[in-house]
Parts: sequence; structure tokens; C-alpha cells
Amino acid sequence: MNVRRNGTFGATTGVDRSPGSEPGAKSDVKSDAKSDAPGLGRRRFLGYVLAAPTLVTAAEIGPAAPTADAAEIPSVEITELVDLNDVMTLAALPTSNLITIEVHKDGTVSFALPRAEVGQGITTSTAMLIAEELDVPLDRVRVTLADARPELLFNQLTGASNTTISTYTPIRVAAAVARGRLLRAAAIALDAAITDLTLKAGVITDLVGGSIGIGELAEKAASGKAQRVSVDLKEREQFKVIGRPQNRIDALAAVTGRKKFAMDLDVPDARPTMVCRPPTINGKVGSVANLDEVRAMPGVSDVGVISTGVAVRARTFGQCIDAVRALRVSWKPGAAAGKSDESVLKKLRAAELPIGLLPPLTPSVEETFTFHFRSNSALEPNCAIADVRSDRAEIWSGLKAPIVAKQAIAARLGLPQSAVTVHVTEGGGSFGRKLFFDAALEAAEISKEFGKPVKLMWHRADDSRQGRAHPMATSRVRAAYLGNTVLGFRQRHTSVSTDLSHGLGEVFTALAAKLPVGDIGFSQTFFHLSQSMPYNFGTHSRLLSETDKSFNTGSMRGVYSPDVVCARELIVDRLAAKMGKDPFRFRRDFLRGERARAVLEKVAEVGDWGRTMPAGTAQAVAFHSEYHSVSAVLVEIDCRPETVDRPIRDGVTGPRVTKVVFAVDVGLTVNPRGLEAQMMGGVMDGIAQTLTSSLHLRDGHFLEASWDNYFYTRQWNTPPELKIIVMPSTTDEPGGAGELAVAASMAAVACAYGRATGTMPTSFPINHGTLSFVPKPTVPPVPASPTDGLDHVR
Amino acid sequence: MPEHTFRLNGEQVTVEAADDERLLWVLRDILGVTGPKYGCGINVCKACTSHVNGKAANPCAIPVKDLRPTDEVTTIEGLPATVGADLHPMQQAWLDQDVVQCGYCQPGQIMAAVALVRRVAEEGRPITDADLDGLRNICRCGTYFRIREAVRAGAEKM
Repeated sequence: MNVRRNGTFGATTGVDRSPGSEPGAKSDVKSDAKSDAPGLGRRRFLGYVLAAPTLVTAAEIGPAAPTADAAEIPSVEITELVDLNDVMTLAALPTSNLITIEVHKDGTVSFALPRAEVGQGITTSTAMLIAEELDVPLDRVRVTLADARPELLFNQLTGASNTTISTYTPIRVAAAVARGRLLRAAAIALDAAITDLTLKAGVITDLVGGSIGIGELAEKAASGKAQRVSVDLKEREQFKVIGRPQNRIDALAAVTGRKKFAMDLDVPDARPTMVCRPPTINGKVGSVANLDEVRAMPGVSDVGVISTGVAVRARTFGQCIDAVRALRVSWKPGAAAGKSDESVLKKLRAAELPIGLLPPLTPSVEETFTFHFRSNSALEPNCAIADVRSDRAEIWSGLKAPIVAKQAIAARLGLPQSAVTVHVTEGGGSFGRKLFFDAALEAAEISKEFGKPVKLMWHRADDSRQGRAHPMATSRVRAAYLGNTVLGFRQRHTSVSTDLSHGLGEVFTALAAKLPVGDIGFSQTFFHLSQSMPYNFGTHSRLLSETDKSFNTGSMRGVYSPDVVCARELIVDRLAAKMGKDPFRFRRDFLRGERARAVLEKVAEVGDWGRTMPAGTAQAVAFHSEYHSVSAVLVEIDCRPETVDRPIRDGVTGPRVTKVVFAVDVGLTVNPRGLEAQMMGGVMDGIAQTLTSSLHLRDGHFLEASWDNYFYTRQWNTPPELKIIVMPSTTDEPGGAGELAVAASMAAVACAYGRATGTMPTSFPINHGTLSFVPKPTVPPVPASPTDGLDHVR
Repeated sequence: MPEHTFRLNGEQVTVEAADDERLLWVLRDILGVTGPKYGCGINVCKACTSHVNGKAANPCAIPVKDLRPTDEVTTIEGLPATVGADLHPMQQAWLDQDVVQCGYCQPGQIMAAVALVRRVAEEGRPITDADLDGLRNICRCGTYFRIREAVRAGAEKM
């Protein structure tokens, strides 16, 4: 999705340098072409100092307004809403919707990030923003994850690669305000002029050798009343931290086993809890034959029927697994009763929107692609801790939409929102999964039912079979061409409905009236916003049709892009072939924009495009732009039988991607090291989606029950040669990165497979037609725990 | 409830647990040792990988009764002590290569990597691409490439 640069923190027209301006201001007010009023600065921003015993500064985190074309749609600027005195004292400043930075007496700086860290590295990049603007060492910045804060409305949602886009400016504003306050306090303490002071590495020094640390100033710089102040932010040329490779600040905790995920927390009396789940998707409990018998099993404290199955609470998860397997439950059919891949495909075909008549007398290419269900599971299973009492509830879970979770849990429990505390824990991966809070809701229900705290964990089989899936979809593409011109490009994407009910929708529905897409449904709006045509392909149209809401779906590192782009790029390859052009040169000639051509040319150059390859192997390139970012990838694939058929126990080998060169331009890069990691992960997802990863739907349930059935990329599928190229920053603001790499990678692997085998793949993943495992039983719903561990020690 | 005695991260421990309680739950739910993670419970994802007597083992598939009092169980928490340092060279390599994304699988990845390097060293040969392909631990964040680099770098210092 395209999400506009943070509108609320845009130009502050009419503000000039004045005596009240914070001394932290670092650059003269500059004229800027984009400024409404020539000659007035646009990099000045408003922040706050809050009333507190030590220094607390703040900024508003505003709505990230989506637009089809960034910067075209006007939004209300904060400066249009306030009196433009540089410093105002507010009698009753509404501070609840602010994000705050605190300076502590020990010289550390802390910030509670209203987002979920699920591996994407945002705590590190956030610490970098603060270190940059506040001139403190990175290791003195502590970033934690904020509890659910309903007052932030939809500004506490982690999704759509939007975190850095929407927090980049407000976090720096708060840090810059703190810097200014510290300098002012230091001027008094050192009896020096502010202009003679330097803040470096957390210490302020004057011209005559005097110095004072920011910890010592934490109280002196504090304010007894809330104030609004204006600050300037550093210019890109001044950056010393932003844009430099930085290792993750949470890595030490992770590699020592000290990093705490939800199931690692020690909440008093929160005992292991699991749920016996139905054999078909969303089935319901009919009756249970042996509740008392299972209650009497060793370690089991509670057993009870809940809305999603039969919950058991025990001393250990091992005992929970035994109890779940022992339950004898009769089930009512689920939402997808009787459905299969074949029946869903039929439904998708029937729901496809018309693609129109063929243009007369012009040649064209056309294909329909099928994309099967894919599991949304992270490695950390779906889980949450809940402690529900009669008058209050406390929840711990890795949540990307904690406000919606809090509201839903309060409603389910019949408690006021204020009585429900929702803690956001570190998440063990998400890929869209943690946008849903089903585990938190379920844990709350069970804790209420049992009257005890519970540590709820889904078994892996639960995640695979009752969890979220990327919806099955088809994409029909037709392109007409004549000579060296592409006359038109039409794409009709038809998908099982994607559940966007987690609140991502709020952003759009709230702003839908402003969008140039007319009165159409939300997912159609989302589709239009997130999909673009980067090539000069004449008249083009893309339409989405969604059908069948009976599945538990979700976005998975991209809602529509990976499938839509994969289909598009395969047709691009076919167009190039029809027109007798090299696939790289064809793309370069038709791509719009210098940034786009630059990444494509970069991968061709570094990846040695066009080198001679043995039969059965091939190169391919693909391109994708989204979130104000552009990406291109070159892959080499080996589809020779000796590679495809190499033996791997309980795994899918298949073609091997042997080399990947990926170039990315996110506008402004905050942390190149982290960005590289994000791209690498996206490449692995792209490989999986094209070659190995899918769910098979049969008789209303998915056959896959664990990681030995669901073939996400493994070491034996990993390209031995992988190079990520982070392009030099091309803009002043960061674009999105979290989901970016998946689409181009998936497409390039598909194109390479087509070129290596001489047959364009049309159904994904390519191995979906072959079931590479023996399905596990659905009753009992979880497999027995093995006992032969010591036989496999190596 | 029967008692079971084994060595855990250098210390003798005795726990009360059912004979067939898997070691993973003895560690996590009874002893509070949470470095080994649950990812599948059937010994396929390898997130719980730890060492038994210095070799890679998966506690989710080991009934606690199978352990003898002299068996040394090492989890990620006890890995540094095996080299008498704050960090094992493989952990340091992980930091240097900035491998971690979400971090959930990484304790298991590191324990598997250490065991691999020991095994290959015993065979008196360098680590090959095939050895790295043979690492079965799943990383859903897709950090595989940096893992490969880190294993090679860590092996140099082991």
C-alpha cells in the first residue's frame, strides 16, 4: 500500500525563527520549492515538553493518510490547527495522543514505541532516529513496546511496511525538542551561551572545558508545565547515525536466549493451556464424551468447552498435549465444510470480472495464473497470556493491532476498556499473522471460564490447520501490443476474501472519501492503492474481485502484491519474447522513472546479466515498486534433474535458486544493515511462494499440520550466492521495506523457472500438484510427541 | 510423581515429573529455562535444539526418563560456560553477522551450528555447502544466508 508521508508533520507554514524558538534548532530556515509560501521553512516542526520531574518531550503521531499518488492530496497540517506562536504554554494540553521520549538521571533515554517488533528491526531503527537527533550513543537509548493505547486510534497498527514511514518524523521531533531543552539547561548550568555549547555522545561541553552529561541535566531540563515548541530537524547531510549500517540492539538478548517472547514470561499462576480444535476449519464443539476423565489426567487442572474448541490447562504443555489427544469430542462442521482446492478454484473462476473483448487486429498475450493457499504461520506459534478477574483483565501477546485487540477483549469480557490492560510482547515473527489477535481473545475467554490465569499456546498443527492463510487467488492478464509498443495491459485478480478486519481498514475507511477511487468497496480501494503499473504499457486496468469469506485469511508479507506482480512479470517476459527483445532491456525501455531504471540496471550489471548458462539453468529479472520504494532482482535458477532430484529427508528439494542479486531504493535508508536483512527475508519468501510453499485444501481442512508438511524455504533451498545492494538515498524520507522484497523475488524466480524449463509456470507453487508428505490425522487434532529424541542426537 | 536427575548447564538437577514428560517441558515449564523454543513439538523445526553430552538433540522428543544422572544437557543459556567465556564464538559470530531478525529460532540455530562444527572437526575436514544445506532448523524470517556466513565465521574461532 502506498501510505503518504506523514502529513501531520509536513510543512509548518508561516513559522519563522523567533526568540522563543528552541535553541536546539540546528539549521537556518530554508526556502523549499515544495513550501506553500516561498521563503519560509518547511523542516520546522512542532513538538512538546511535558510536565514531569525529569525531561519528557513529545510529538504527535498523526494519521498516515494514504493516497494513490503521494503528496497530491491535501491533508490538514498541524500548523493550520494551532496558533503559530513558536512557544505556547497550554493550560490543558491534551497529551494523551503523544509519543514521548524521556531523559533519565542515569543518562539514558527511553521511548515506548507504539508498534510491534516482530523481527523487522524497528526497535533498532527507532533507537537510531533518537540517537541521531539527540546526539546520544545508541546504547543509551532504550526502546520498549508500548501497551495498547486506544487514544492513538489507528496510529498503533504495525502493518503495510508503514512503521518507519509514519514514525520517522515524530520520533525525531520529540528527540530534537529534548536536545534543545538539554542545551538550554546546560547553558544555565555551565553559565555559557547556548551557541557556544556542543552536544556530543550524551555530553554537553562549552568552549572553556566545562562539561555536563545529559543525565545530570535530566531534572534541570524538565518542565513544570506543558509547552508547545518548534524545532528544526537535522538535514540529511548532517546525519551521523541514520544511513549507517547498525547491528540490531536486541541481538545479544536473542543469541543468549534471554530475549523474552510471550511464552517465556513468568506471570504468576499462568499455567500452560491448549485447545482441542475441530477437524475442519472453524468447526464447533457438539459434545464432549469424557470431560471428567480428562480432568483427572496427571497435571490437568481445568478442562472446559469454549467457543473454538475444548480448552485444557495443566502443569506443563506436555500434559496439555496428552489431554488434548485424550478428549473425545463430536464436532459440528466448519465454515469451509466440503470445500477443496478444486471447488475454490471453480468459485474463483466464476467470480472473475470481465476482461473485455480482444482488441481487433492486434497481437496479444494472455494467461491465467493460479496461486494456492499459503500458511501465515510464524515460527512462534499463536499464543497469549491472560489473567482475567471479575473487575479487570491483563493480557500479554505479540500484537500488531493492540488497540483493536483491547476493544474486542473488553467487549467479550463485558469489561470497560479501561479495565483491560494489553501488553505488547516481543513477537517471534509475524508476516501478517500478528495483525490478528485471536490467541489473545481466546486466552481471555479461557481465563474467564476457568477463573485462573492461563498461558495459551497453539500447537503447531493448530496454527497450520486453523490459523491464517494467504488467500487462494487467480490472476488473469492480457496485454496487447503492436510493433514495439504495448498498447494495453489488463489484469483481473480474483481472490478468496482477505480478512482485513484487524483495523488496517480503519485507516482507509476513515479517509476513503478523500481518495480518487469513487464509491467502491474497501478491499477494492486497498487494491488500487497498493497496486501500480510501473511500465509504459498504454492503457492499463487492474480490477479485484473477492469471493468466499469462509476461510481464516490474512495478508502475508503483502496483501495482493506478490501474486499480482508475479503474474505481471511473467507476462512481461512473454511480451518481451513475442517482441523479440531481451527481458532486461525490454523492462528498462518500458520502466518509468530514474529510480526504477537505476535498480534494474544495477542488478543486471552486478548479476552479470546475459552470461552464458548451461541448459536447464537460467537467469531472470523482475521489478516491483511499492511503499515509495523501488526494487529489482536478478536470479539464477538450476532446474537440472540432478539438482531437482537431490535427496533430502522429509523435505522438498526441487529447482534451486543459485544466485540472487537484489537492489533496493527505499528513498532514505535509516539502517542499511537492517534493510539488507529485510530484503534477504523477502527473497526467501519469494523463493518459497514460487517453488515449494502451499496449503492443500481437502474436505474442508488443510492437509498440512506442521513444518515437515509445509515447505517454507530451508537451508537446502537457500541461494548460496546472495547479494543485496542498498542504493544511495534518493529522497529525504524513508519508504517502506517490510514486505517489499517478496513480490519481485517471487516473480523473478517464476520467470527464471520459465526460462530454464522453456515452460512458463501458471500455477503456484510449482510443486502444488504433487503432495510431498503423508497427511497427519485430524482427530486427535495434534500429533503425539515423539519419544526417540536420543536416537537422533548428532 | 517420579524424580529425575541429570546435569543441566553444568549443575546437577533433580525434578519431579512424569517419566514420559518431554525434556522441553521439563526445561521450560518446570525449571523455567526458556532459551529452547517450541516450534512444532515433533522434532522437525529444531527450534528447541540443545546439546546432550555435546551433541545436538531436540528436547521436544526426549522423555525425561531417558536421561541418566551423568548426562549433560546444555541449553543456549549454558553454551558460553562450555568455553569459559561470556559468549561462545558462535554467538559472537551471530552478533558480528547480525543474523537475528525476530530471534525466535536463533538459540536452536546456534546450538545446531556448534554441534555441526564439532562434528565436522572430528571428521577432520572443513565445512562444506552440503553441511550447511543439511542444517534443518527453520527460520521463518529467512535469515539462512547470514546463518551460513556466521557458521563459517564461528567455526574459524572454535
